[in-house]
Amino acid sequence: MSDTTTVAPENQAARSEATLLPPVDVVEDVTGITLYADLPGVSKDTLGIHVEANTLTIEGRLSMATPEGLEVGHAEVSLPGYRRTFTLSRELDTTRVSAEFKQGLLTLRIPKAEHAKPRKIAIQVD
Amino acid sequence: MYRSLLPRDVFAELNRLQRELQQTFEFSPSIRGISRNGFPALNVGRTPQSVEIYAFAPGLDPATLEIDLERGVLSIAGERPATLPAPVEKVAVHINERFAGRFRRVVSLPDDIDPNAVTADYRDGVLHISAKRRESAQPRRISIQ
Repeated sequence: MSDTTTVAPENQAARSEATLLPPVDVVEDVTGITLYADLPGVSKDTLGIHVEANTLTIEGRLSMATPEGLEVGHAEVSLPGYRRTFTLSRELDTTRVSAEFKQGLLTLRIPKAEHAKPRKIAIQVD
Repeated sequence: MYRSLLPRDVFAELNRLQRELQQTFEFSPSIRGISRNGFPALNVGRTPQSVEIYAFAPGLDPATLEIDLERGVLSIAGERPATLPAPVEKVAVHINERFAGRFRRVVSLPDDIDPNAVTADYRDGVLHISAKRRESAQPRRISIQ
Protein backbone atom coordinates (compact mmCIF):
# COMPACT_ATOMS: atom_id res chain seq x y z
CA MET A 1 0.00 0.00 0.00
CA SER A 2 2.46 2.57 -1.15
CA ASP A 3 0.20 5.04 -2.93
CA THR A 4 -3.47 5.28 -2.17
CA THR A 5 -3.92 8.90 -3.04
CA THR A 6 -6.86 9.26 -5.33
CA VAL A 7 -8.50 12.34 -6.69
CA ALA A 8 -12.14 11.40 -6.80
CA PRO A 9 -15.34 13.34 -6.22
CA GLU A 10 -16.64 12.74 -2.74
CA ASN A 11 -19.70 10.67 -2.28
CA GLN A 12 -22.58 12.81 -1.03
CA ALA A 13 -24.34 9.86 0.57
CA ALA A 14 -21.26 8.92 2.56
CA ARG A 15 -20.88 12.45 3.82
CA SER A 16 -24.30 12.59 5.44
CA GLU A 17 -23.94 9.27 7.28
CA ALA A 18 -23.10 9.40 10.98
CA THR A 19 -19.57 8.22 11.67
CA LEU A 20 -17.04 8.03 14.47
CA LEU A 21 -14.21 10.51 14.72
CA PRO A 22 -10.99 8.49 14.90
CA PRO A 23 -8.32 9.74 17.31
CA VAL A 24 -5.15 10.95 15.59
CA ASP A 25 -1.65 12.13 16.33
CA VAL A 26 -0.06 14.65 14.00
CA VAL A 27 3.66 15.33 14.10
CA GLU A 28 5.54 17.77 11.93
CA ASP A 29 9.25 17.77 11.27
CA VAL A 30 11.38 19.63 8.77
CA THR A 31 10.67 17.26 5.87
CA GLY A 32 6.95 16.71 6.32
CA ILE A 33 3.98 15.73 8.41
CA THR A 34 3.23 12.28 9.83
CA LEU A 35 -0.32 11.42 10.79
CA TYR A 36 -1.24 8.38 12.90
CA ALA A 37 -4.91 7.39 13.04
CA ASP A 38 -6.61 4.65 15.04
CA LEU A 39 -9.09 2.79 12.84
CA PRO A 40 -9.70 -0.55 14.59
CA GLY A 41 -12.03 -2.91 12.79
CA VAL A 42 -11.33 -1.45 9.36
CA SER A 43 -9.69 -3.71 6.80
CA LYS A 44 -7.44 -2.56 3.96
CA ASP A 45 -10.30 -2.96 1.50
CA THR A 46 -12.69 -0.75 3.42
CA LEU A 47 -10.22 2.07 4.10
CA GLY A 48 -10.26 5.12 1.87
CA ILE A 49 -7.83 8.02 1.79
CA HIS A 50 -8.66 10.89 -0.53
CA VAL A 51 -6.96 14.15 -1.27
CA GLU A 52 -9.14 16.68 -3.03
CA ALA A 53 -7.84 20.20 -3.53
CA ASN A 54 -6.60 21.06 -0.04
CA THR A 55 -8.70 18.53 1.87
CA LEU A 56 -7.51 15.19 3.15
CA THR A 57 -10.26 12.71 3.99
CA ILE A 58 -9.76 9.46 5.85
CA GLU A 59 -12.70 7.10 6.00
CA GLY A 60 -13.20 3.48 6.82
CA ARG A 61 -16.00 1.04 7.45
CA LEU A 62 -16.03 -1.53 10.21
CA SER A 63 -15.71 -4.90 8.55
CA MET A 64 -15.61 -7.38 11.38
CA ALA A 65 -17.31 -10.73 11.05
CA THR A 66 -19.85 -11.20 13.81
CA PRO A 67 -21.51 -14.49 14.71
CA GLU A 68 -25.10 -15.06 13.77
CA GLY A 69 -27.71 -14.01 16.30
CA LEU A 70 -25.41 -11.60 18.14
CA GLU A 71 -27.25 -9.32 20.53
CA VAL A 72 -25.08 -6.39 21.52
CA GLY A 73 -25.52 -5.46 25.15
CA HIS A 74 -22.84 -2.84 25.67
CA ALA A 75 -21.39 -0.86 22.79
CA GLU A 76 -18.77 1.84 22.92
CA VAL A 77 -18.17 1.61 19.20
CA SER A 78 -21.71 2.02 17.99
CA LEU A 79 -21.46 3.48 14.50
CA PRO A 80 -20.58 1.59 11.32
CA GLY A 81 -17.55 3.61 10.27
CA TYR A 82 -15.00 6.35 10.75
CA ARG A 83 -14.47 9.61 8.95
CA ARG A 84 -12.25 12.60 9.48
CA THR A 85 -11.12 15.44 7.27
CA PHE A 86 -8.18 17.78 7.50
CA THR A 87 -7.29 20.91 5.63
CA LEU A 88 -3.79 20.75 4.20
CA SER A 89 -1.58 23.71 3.70
CA ARG A 90 0.01 24.65 0.41
CA GLU A 91 3.58 23.67 1.24
CA LEU A 92 2.63 20.00 1.52
CA ASP A 93 3.19 17.81 -1.51
CA THR A 94 -0.03 15.82 -1.89
CA THR A 95 1.26 13.90 -4.90
CA ARG A 96 3.77 12.01 -2.77
CA VAL A 97 1.60 10.90 0.15
CA SER A 98 2.48 7.44 1.41
CA ALA A 99 0.35 5.31 3.68
CA GLU A 100 0.85 2.20 5.74
CA PHE A 101 -2.02 0.37 7.42
CA LYS A 102 -1.32 -2.32 9.96
CA GLN A 103 -3.64 -3.79 12.60
CA GLY A 104 -6.02 -0.86 12.48
CA LEU A 105 -3.28 1.75 12.74
CA LEU A 106 -2.86 4.08 9.78
CA THR A 107 0.42 5.91 9.32
CA LEU A 108 0.30 8.61 6.70
CA ARG A 109 3.33 10.59 5.59
CA ILE A 110 2.86 13.84 3.71
CA PRO A 111 6.19 15.33 2.62
CA LYS A 112 6.76 19.02 2.18
CA ALA A 113 7.30 20.33 -1.31
CA GLU A 114 10.93 20.96 -2.21
CA HIS A 115 10.49 24.71 -2.37
CA ALA A 116 8.97 24.76 1.13
CA LYS A 117 11.84 23.04 2.89
CA PRO A 118 13.75 25.24 5.28
CA ARG A 119 16.64 27.23 3.98
CA LYS A 120 19.09 29.30 5.74
CA ILE A 121 18.84 32.90 4.70
CA ALA A 122 22.15 34.63 4.37
CA ILE A 123 22.31 38.13 5.67
CA GLN A 124 24.02 40.54 3.37
CA VAL A 125 26.04 43.22 4.99
CA ASP A 126 27.13 46.14 2.91
CA MET B 1 -18.36 42.10 39.65
CA TYR B 2 -17.89 39.93 36.55
CA ARG B 3 -16.93 36.95 38.69
CA SER B 4 -20.57 36.36 39.51
CA LEU B 5 -21.16 35.53 35.85
CA LEU B 6 -18.96 32.45 36.24
CA PRO B 7 -19.66 31.46 39.81
CA ARG B 8 -18.20 27.99 39.42
CA ASP B 9 -15.88 26.27 37.04
CA VAL B 10 -17.92 25.81 33.88
CA PHE B 11 -16.05 22.68 32.81
CA ALA B 12 -16.55 21.01 36.17
CA GLU B 13 -20.25 21.74 35.86
CA LEU B 14 -20.37 20.25 32.37
CA ASN B 15 -18.58 17.16 33.61
CA ARG B 16 -21.06 16.77 36.44
CA LEU B 17 -23.95 17.18 34.02
CA GLN B 18 -22.50 14.51 31.74
CA ARG B 19 -22.11 12.08 34.64
CA GLU B 20 -25.68 12.72 35.75
CA LEU B 21 -26.96 12.06 32.25
CA GLN B 22 -25.01 8.82 32.11
CA GLN B 23 -26.45 7.72 35.42
CA THR B 24 -29.93 8.38 34.10
CA PHE B 25 -29.53 6.45 30.89
CA GLU B 26 -27.46 3.52 32.02
CA PHE B 27 -29.79 1.35 33.98
CA SER B 28 -27.41 -1.20 35.37
CA PRO B 29 -24.14 0.46 36.25
CA SER B 30 -21.65 -2.22 37.20
CA ILE B 31 -19.57 -1.90 40.36
CA ARG B 32 -16.54 -1.90 38.06
CA GLY B 33 -18.09 1.09 36.38
CA ILE B 34 -17.55 0.46 32.68
CA SER B 35 -16.45 3.88 31.51
CA ARG B 36 -17.03 5.06 27.99
CA ASN B 37 -13.66 6.68 27.58
CA GLY B 38 -11.42 3.77 28.46
CA PHE B 39 -8.88 2.16 26.19
CA PRO B 40 -9.53 -0.17 24.52
CA ALA B 41 -13.16 0.58 23.67
CA LEU B 42 -15.28 -2.50 24.31
CA ASN B 43 -18.36 -3.94 22.68
CA VAL B 44 -19.97 -6.86 24.45
CA GLY B 45 -22.69 -9.02 22.94
CA ARG B 46 -24.16 -12.43 23.38
CA THR B 47 -25.58 -15.23 21.32
CA PRO B 48 -27.48 -18.22 22.69
CA GLN B 49 -24.22 -20.23 22.64
CA SER B 50 -21.59 -17.68 23.63
CA VAL B 51 -20.58 -14.28 24.95
CA GLU B 52 -18.63 -12.19 22.45
CA ILE B 53 -16.28 -9.39 23.48
CA TYR B 54 -14.68 -7.01 20.99
CA ALA B 55 -11.85 -4.79 22.22
CA PHE B 56 -10.85 -2.04 19.78
CA ALA B 57 -7.11 -1.91 20.40
CA PRO B 58 -5.31 -0.94 17.18
CA GLY B 59 -1.61 -1.10 16.48
CA LEU B 60 -0.62 -3.68 19.09
CA ASP B 61 1.56 -6.74 18.96
CA PRO B 62 -0.85 -9.52 19.98
CA ALA B 63 1.98 -11.28 21.84
CA THR B 64 2.08 -8.44 24.36
CA LEU B 65 -1.61 -8.69 25.24
CA GLU B 66 -2.46 -10.38 28.51
CA ILE B 67 -5.91 -11.89 28.73
CA ASP B 68 -6.83 -13.51 32.03
CA LEU B 69 -9.97 -15.17 33.22
CA GLU B 70 -10.29 -15.57 36.94
CA ARG B 71 -13.51 -16.43 38.74
CA GLY B 72 -15.65 -15.22 35.90
CA VAL B 73 -13.82 -11.92 35.56
CA LEU B 74 -12.07 -11.39 32.26
CA SER B 75 -9.27 -8.84 32.14
CA ILE B 76 -7.49 -7.46 29.10
CA ALA B 77 -4.20 -5.74 29.81
CA GLY B 78 -1.21 -4.56 27.83
CA GLU B 79 0.82 -1.60 26.86
CA ARG B 80 0.70 0.58 23.81
CA PRO B 81 4.00 2.23 22.99
CA ALA B 82 3.94 5.94 22.25
CA THR B 83 4.39 6.84 18.60
CA LEU B 84 5.21 10.44 19.37
CA PRO B 85 8.90 11.28 19.13
CA ALA B 86 10.88 12.60 22.04
CA PRO B 87 10.73 16.37 22.12
CA VAL B 88 13.59 17.38 19.89
CA GLU B 89 14.35 20.46 17.95
CA LYS B 90 12.22 21.31 14.93
CA VAL B 91 9.60 18.64 15.64
CA ALA B 92 6.14 19.90 16.50
CA VAL B 93 3.29 17.77 17.82
CA HIS B 94 0.14 19.38 16.48
CA ILE B 95 -2.49 16.87 17.60
CA ASN B 96 -2.07 14.27 20.33
CA GLU B 97 -5.26 12.30 20.89
CA ARG B 98 -4.23 8.66 20.67
CA PHE B 99 -3.85 6.59 23.79
CA ALA B 100 -0.37 5.52 24.87
CA GLY B 101 0.82 3.65 27.93
CA ARG B 102 -0.41 0.75 30.02
CA PHE B 103 -4.05 -0.19 29.95
CA ARG B 104 -6.33 -2.67 31.66
CA ARG B 105 -10.01 -3.32 31.21
CA VAL B 106 -12.17 -5.79 33.05
CA VAL B 107 -15.46 -7.45 32.12
CA SER B 108 -17.42 -9.77 34.37
CA LEU B 109 -18.79 -12.73 32.46
CA PRO B 110 -22.01 -14.58 33.22
CA ASP B 111 -21.84 -17.65 35.49
CA ASP B 112 -22.66 -20.12 32.74
CA ILE B 113 -19.37 -19.59 30.85
CA ASP B 114 -17.10 -22.57 30.35
CA PRO B 115 -13.62 -21.28 31.31
CA ASN B 116 -11.98 -23.93 29.13
CA ALA B 117 -13.78 -22.80 25.99
CA VAL B 118 -12.63 -19.20 25.68
CA THR B 119 -10.88 -18.26 22.45
CA ALA B 120 -9.26 -15.02 21.35
CA ASP B 121 -8.06 -13.65 18.03
CA TYR B 122 -6.64 -10.30 16.92
CA ARG B 123 -7.45 -8.96 13.50
CA ASP B 124 -7.46 -5.45 12.02
CA GLY B 125 -6.72 -4.03 15.44
CA VAL B 126 -9.71 -5.67 17.10
CA LEU B 127 -9.27 -8.28 19.82
CA HIS B 128 -12.20 -10.66 19.68
CA ILE B 129 -12.80 -12.93 22.65
CA SER B 130 -15.45 -15.59 22.40
CA ALA B 131 -16.53 -17.41 25.55
CA LYS B 132 -18.76 -20.45 25.07
CA ARG B 133 -21.62 -21.12 27.43
CA ARG B 134 -21.91 -24.50 29.06
CA GLU B 135 -24.03 -27.04 27.22
CA SER B 136 -26.45 -27.23 30.12
CA ALA B 137 -27.10 -23.49 29.97
CA GLN B 138 -27.95 -23.42 26.29
CA PRO B 139 -31.56 -23.06 25.29
CA ARG B 140 -33.31 -26.29 24.42
CA ARG B 141 -36.68 -27.11 23.12
CA ILE B 142 -38.58 -29.42 25.44
CA SER B 143 -40.67 -31.89 23.64
CA ILE B 144 -44.04 -32.91 24.96
CA GLN B 145 -44.33 -36.59 25.70
